[in-house]
Amino acid sequence: MTELLRVCELSKRFGGLLASNRLSLQVKEGETHALIGPNGAGKTTLMNQLSGELSPTEGRILFREHDITHLPVYRRTALGIARSYQLTTIFPGFSALENVMLAVQAHQGHSFHFWSNARREPGLRRPAQELLARVGLAPRADVLASNLAHGEQRQLEIAMALASEPALLLLDEPLAGMGAEDGQQIIGLLETLKRQHTILLIEHDMNAIFSLADRVSVLVYGTVIATGSVDEIRGNADVQKAYLGTKDEGKGVQHA
Amino acid sequence: MELFLFKPSGGQASARRLPSWALLVIIGAGLALLPVLTHLIDAPFYITLFSRIMIFALIALSLGFILGFAGLVCFGQAAFAGVGAYVVLIMSDHAANGVPLVEWPFAIGSSSSAFITWPAAMLASGLVALVIGLIALRTRGVYFIMLTLAFAQMIYFFFVNLDAYGGEDGASLAERSSTAGLLDLDDKIVFYYVTFAILALAYIILRKFVDSRFGMVLRGGRQNERRMAALGYSCFRYRLVAFVISGAIAGLAGALMVNHGKFISPSFMHWVRSSDIIAMVVLGGTGNLMGPILGAVAILGLEDVLSGYTEHWHLIYGPLLLLCVLFARRGLYGILTGKGADND
Repeated sequence: MTELLRVCELSKRFGGLLASNRLSLQVKEGETHALIGPNGAGKTTLMNQLSGELSPTEGRILFREHDITHLPVYRRTALGIARSYQLTTIFPGFSALENVMLAVQAHQGHSFHFWSNARREPGLRRPAQELLARVGLAPRADVLASNLAHGEQRQLEIAMALASEPALLLLDEPLAGMGAEDGQQIIGLLETLKRQHTILLIEHDMNAIFSLADRVSVLVYGTVIATGSVDEIRGNADVQKAYLGTKDEGKGVQHA
Repeated sequence: MELFLFKPSGGQASARRLPSWALLVIIGAGLALLPVLTHLIDAPFYITLFSRIMIFALIALSLGFILGFAGLVCFGQAAFAGVGAYVVLIMSDHAANGVPLVEWPFAIGSSSSAFITWPAAMLASGLVALVIGLIALRTRGVYFIMLTLAFAQMIYFFFVNLDAYGGEDGASLAERSSTAGLLDLDDKIVFYYVTFAILALAYIILRKFVDSRFGMVLRGGRQNERRMAALGYSCFRYRLVAFVISGAIAGLAGALMVNHGKFISPSFMHWVRSSDIIAMVVLGGTGNLMGPILGAVAILGLEDVLSGYTEHWHLIYGPLLLLCVLFARRGLYGILTGKGADND
């Protein structure tokens, strides 16, 4: 498999804190790659640098062998990187359908169209309805996004991320704050997505990782200490030490 | 904690209230028939008053467009209008004296025609908005407010120091703009209907804009800019275009203003004026385009009524505004139509 994303020696410093510490990572085309690690290991910081919301202090990010280290968020989206957030970020004042329509619109060229009513355009409605159906939200299309249940909002986020037909999907804890039942539904959704997209996933839920991930990277103190298949990672001594080892690092266990 | 007069769930509560199209018909028909009414009750004074109210409604509308839909609280709206007013004044003055507007690199003659000076007013105000927007729109929230305020005051002081046109005292417009003999703007009723037509046209055009793809991007950016960027939008350029459109419409209102009073002075451009216009938008209701018109009618109407009784009419007006902000998030529009504040 060819390489889609390469992170080289990435460092991000917040004052005295090194949130990313010479972090290197490769994501292959077509794989579902999970990032795990204790709280504060720098997982979301890495995601923010990959999506472009944070600029790294040092190091490089290559996407399809192009250097994207300093591209703004919207340019990276255009190249085929889409993300969902750990904390739900949707448009609360739009219906579910309108949320996705706005995502679809983003990928149909510029939006300097002033006259026709965007909410009635079949060219936006139809793809948006298809995306909602894909994530299982079709019956909730006309519900105001702020009135959707938490799990539904996560589904909506994924639908919006999919609108760009991204080559790489960055998912930051898609199961966060979800009950077992909703969680199963999202896992089912991700299982269908992984056949069509390359996914880089942060998740604490080990069941989700076992059923989804082709490879797992373990992040500790801002650096990748191990990468391998699920079984390899489970058997890795360093990982066990990082997760189960000393007391003050023990916080990660409850999630793992 | 925020106080809601109306539960955001919507639906049932709004059933007994006015649908927004009915409100639009009432406002439109009311303004269209006002001259007939004033003729019947023999109170022509109200034609002049309502011409003025509609000009302010146009400025408020231009602000309501960017404030309500793009979340841009601009403190420069009166300055944009003032620029438009001065453009008409200066061009008309040059035309009257036969002095070319520009002598170098080539001479450009001036005009007092509304068909030339009013678009020129829009162009000038739009350009001023472009320059301010290029800088101010890179900031958010209170910084944006402060920057627009600072630029507005710069424009204000520029005209205070423009001694050729009266400086602080302002200047009079000798003749109302000509219209190639089509309309007599000196006729109160003609002027009233010209203002009404422009306000209606601006409303229709902006209504189209806010429901278009362009408008959806503005609304999305107001709700969640971070998400917009992640979707691939650069909100800046859309906001800039909206800001320029808003400035140009305010400039057109300024052109009407100077024709209405045949006078303009920098005091009209003071930032306090801009805050009055913000008050109109907030009182009328943000997030829809009827609100600013309602707000202008309410505030200027109230001012006219109350100031007849007492000099201290602000004592009544202030608490009214406060109550409206506290209890009705969508202002008068929300009270009349029962529309909640959460649906964009």
